[in-house]
Amino acid sequence: MKPEHLQFFIDPNRCIGCQACTECDTHRGVSMIHLEYIERSRSVQTVPVVCMHCEQPTCAEVCPADAIKRTADGVVQSARKPRCIACGNCVMACPFGVPEVYEDRQIMMKCDMCYDRTSTGKKPMCATVCPSQALFFGTREQIEQLRPMSVPTNRFQFGNQSITTQVNMMVPKDGAGRMLVNVTDAMNDQPKARNVSLPVVWADPFAEVEVAL
Amino acid sequence: MTDDPAQSNAPSAQVDERLNTPAREGLTGTTPADAYVPPRDPEQITRAPDGRPMDRQPQWRRDFPIDWPQDHYVARRDFAKFLCLTSLAFAAGQVWIGFQNIWRRHRGAPPVAKIGTLSALPVGGTLVFRYPGPHDDCILVRTAQDKLVAYSQKCTHLSCAVIPDPAKGVIRCPCHEGLFDLNTGRNIAGPPPRPLPRIDISIRGDEVFATGVERRTI
Repeated sequence: MKPEHLQFFIDPNRCIGCQACTECDTHRGVSMIHLEYIERSRSVQTVPVVCMHCEQPTCAEVCPADAIKRTADGVVQSARKPRCIACGNCVMACPFGVPEVYEDRQIMMKCDMCYDRTSTGKKPMCATVCPSQALFFGTREQIEQLRPMSVPTNRFQFGNQSITTQVNMMVPKDGAGRMLVNVTDAMNDQPKARNVSLPVVWADPFAEVEVAL
Repeated sequence: MTDDPAQSNAPSAQVDERLNTPAREGLTGTTPADAYVPPRDPEQITRAPDGRPMDRQPQWRRDFPIDWPQDHYVARRDFAKFLCLTSLAFAAGQVWIGFQNIWRRHRGAPPVAKIGTLSALPVGGTLVFRYPGPHDDCILVRTAQDKLVAYSQKCTHLSCAVIPDPAKGVIRCPCHEGLFDLNTGRNIAGPPPRPLPRIDISIRGDEVFATGVERRTI
């Protein structure tokens, strides 16, 4: 049973894309974490995607074989091997894109927050190796002290579906107390085009470089 | 919990006062587990996406809950129902076996049927006939000048058709290499658990009649 006071926090701001978390290999040699690139053509921003462990897991709702179960501590487990028929319904249904079907072994496998470790109070493997602590596993007080500019939220809006998760996402503190991340709106929301010019003054190589944003 | 965004994200946001002590147990990770809101009742943790209570949900959602404790939960009434029905099935099975015994005893002997002529069967020759029903294949083997044996052709293991081998004095089942003795029909090797049922033979003049089936267990 995962201790109730220890929670998982994802801070995409701090992700440096070092791929250390994807080495987790804890599930029979397969990495259960996705390191996603966001607008790879224009940005180097990456975000680690672990299972968010929803309060009402859509993957388990759509599973026709009753293979995806959640333990009492709210951790949605990977598919049960004797039940999973590798139909891929969960892959289609998960709003976060977490589950993955492995055709060679005919099973869906997904992040289960390293249940063998977290059930005994240890950190998940990815949280132990993350050098910038973009993946943080600890108490809410710790994260509040470590990240004073951010606030954890676990409520997401995908169109008409609102999801409450067990894993928290760190979002900037905007003062409005907004605790809901509207993902669909954010996808339509394009960032303003920025012109970055770096005027280099050849006369003085030690002059400060001006960056106009 | 409603989906009101103005509400803070309970229950994880409900922090116990004990965490704000100068020792700051929350920072060292040594917080007592009960400092937070305890986990909810295992019977109540599955909530449907439409938010309605569990007793107003369709039956399949109650039969296949998502949560593991709820899935493993067996109500006392369900367990008692299972015990009663299983005991009833066992008792009905005993009655059925008793009725079958009585019925078998009152069925009477199978009819006498002519199966062939002695002159058409040389020594070492075999003949396939059907007795007592039209689907009960049997074999008749003339092992000596004045000796005839007849057995059911169904292997007692998995009902394959057995093949008599009068030269070696055995009946062989090709499916799993089961062997029966040709003179007695006893299972002598392989998986067959019982001897072959023996067909009683009577010879009247030149004609051969089957007069009965003797099923044996050893």
